[in-house]
Amino acid sequence: MVTIPIGKFFEAVIVWLRFHFDDFFNIIRQGLTSFIDGFENMLIFIPAAVVIGLMAAIAWRSAGKGVAIFTVLSMSLIYSMGLWPQTMQTLALVLTSAMIALIIGIPIGIWAARSDKFDKVARPVLDFMQTMPAFVYLIPAVLFFKLGKVPGAVATVIFAMPPAVRLTNLGIRQVPEDVVEAALSFGSTPRQLLFKVQLPIAIPTILAGVNQTIMLSLSMVVIAAMIGAGGLGEEVLKGITQLKIGRGFESGIAVVFLAMVLDRITQSLANINRNRKM
Amino acid sequence: MFKVEVHNLFKVFGPQPQTILPMIKEGISKRQVMEDTGHTVGINNVSFQVKQGEIFVIMGLSGCGKSTLVRCINRLIEPTAGEILIDGEDIISANHDQLLDIRRKKVAMVFQRFGLFPHRNVCSNVEYGLEIQGFEPTVCKEKALQALELVGLKGYEYSMPDQLSGGMQQRVGLARALATDPDILLMDEAFSALDPLIRREMQGELLELQAKMHKTIIFITHDLDEALRLGDRIAVMRDGQIVQIGNSEEILTNPADDYVREFVQDVDRTKVLTASSIMKRPDPLVIPKDGPRAAVRRMQEEGISSIYVVNSQRQFHGIVRVEDAMRLVKQGVHDLEEIIIKDVPIASPDISIIELLPVAFNAKTPIVVLDDQNKMRGIIGRAAVISSIMGEEK
Repeated sequence: MVTIPIGKFFEAVIVWLRFHFDDFFNIIRQGLTSFIDGFENMLIFIPAAVVIGLMAAIAWRSAGKGVAIFTVLSMSLIYSMGLWPQTMQTLALVLTSAMIALIIGIPIGIWAARSDKFDKVARPVLDFMQTMPAFVYLIPAVLFFKLGKVPGAVATVIFAMPPAVRLTNLGIRQVPEDVVEAALSFGSTPRQLLFKVQLPIAIPTILAGVNQTIMLSLSMVVIAAMIGAGGLGEEVLKGITQLKIGRGFESGIAVVFLAMVLDRITQSLANINRNRKM
Repeated sequence: MFKVEVHNLFKVFGPQPQTILPMIKEGISKRQVMEDTGHTVGINNVSFQVKQGEIFVIMGLSGCGKSTLVRCINRLIEPTAGEILIDGEDIISANHDQLLDIRRKKVAMVFQRFGLFPHRNVCSNVEYGLEIQGFEPTVCKEKALQALELVGLKGYEYSMPDQLSGGMQQRVGLARALATDPDILLMDEAFSALDPLIRREMQGELLELQAKMHKTIIFITHDLDEALRLGDRIAVMRDGQIVQIGNSEEILTNPADDYVREFVQDVDRTKVLTASSIMKRPDPLVIPKDGPRAAVRRMQEEGISSIYVVNSQRQFHGIVRVEDAMRLVKQGVHDLEEIIIKDVPIASPDISIIELLPVAFNAKTPIVVLDDQNKMRGIIGRAAVISSIMGEEK
């Protein structure tokens, strides 16, 4: 029986990267750490009532009264459970990761939409990224970025990016052929075609991708906590390791509520856009 | 000089179109090429010229290559070989910037499924062509409003496309194409997605607009009635080739092959054929100063009982009957004038057969076809009218 040393090879690659790009990883680590910490501190520093008010206002504007009331109730519940700082920590980490995933993912999606060749290459890579158990991302993340929030964020970015790429790609490819032809027939440059026609029409689909990315980021909360990302995930882990059953359950509920609030708000963004079209 | 010229155009779809060209030029059939090489022949050696101000219709069944052909003209599809000239300039060798310029200023396109931008309102849809050229927003708006008024959409500027009916959406498409004031309009099955009543209405409006604008229009359709109604000239396509080019009467009365004949057999010829296509040369003529004796002799020679009187410019005067002429001969009168019967049915050469029908019903003598200078062009007997309706005029 021949054993193919895939594991050995992977290890060698990681070691090689660590050795040669250590400075690069350090810069990313420091930059991300200060960004996430800053975001987190800001959220914790602002009184909870103001944060809740702001979230409710955003919810009201995008999703209407019902979601705004739901936001106030669920966030107040989280506050009253004494999980506010952890929730803000998680929120900062999730939003930062999701943002990075979108900043990288949307342009890749655009590229994939415009080049069939690149799309062919990207597709299996995305499948790989989504099906690989999320825990596996922790290994290189820890090796490159040590413990803490940054490897958590990096693992989250990798795990949460595929829907942003896929749905951007899909959204642009779904723009009807005759609309693209019409734009070209009037002499649009490729850039005009993208920004004046394809992206605006694809926005509802892209926003669905944004929603998915944020949801997947939230689902990484507990896993990221295993390498020291903190927040609500850490509380859940404590519930397991220290048998703090009640605390663990409360944290779980907090994650669910945070997820529901973020989901309703981002989903309605997509809907607003769809309605404006009508 | 022609506005648009297409010479020996080929388009082959597949991985290596250039290698297939020699096969096609040898005359191997489209199906054979498909079976042997997996390449699809879209356009096979097409040549035609379009004049300034003409509506040139390209007609054929779906899959015959007509949409591919029209897309080659603004290079939405890159031809495999051949030459396309617009105003004498070669389009195929144009570089990217020149091509953009041609698309922006010279050639605009109207699409079967309208191709409107769903995220823009009617006005900004129409502005699009100007906007991407970098015109000031106020200029874009002004020209867009003009174009919208031209197509009768005033008052709908701020509607979204999907709030409009199909006919109105296509008016937006037409306004958008007209807004940049192009010389050439490419209309790809522009009215085919509309229901029949709206389609006829739009055809009429296009003809009206064209009478004002004198654009050069290349109109693609699969609908023969539409082609006959709109086209100054019609090219019939099959399997990527043009089988016949001609005006509607030539296509109807003289189809180049069975394909065209089949195509035209169901058409309502009475609306399309005109008097001039069924008239015959008139029987012998006399001029007034010939006198009755000459008239009688001509009638005796031909064995007929009446004869047409025209002057030296062939302007029509009337009919003389043999018995009247004989009477004059006996009376010794030398002028035909008093016996000329002026009350004869007349028609212009452009009148359609359907309009000719009531005239023919009441006519006791053949209908005389006169042009606008009153010159006699021919005559149409009742038999000719009826047999033309039956489609047996040959």
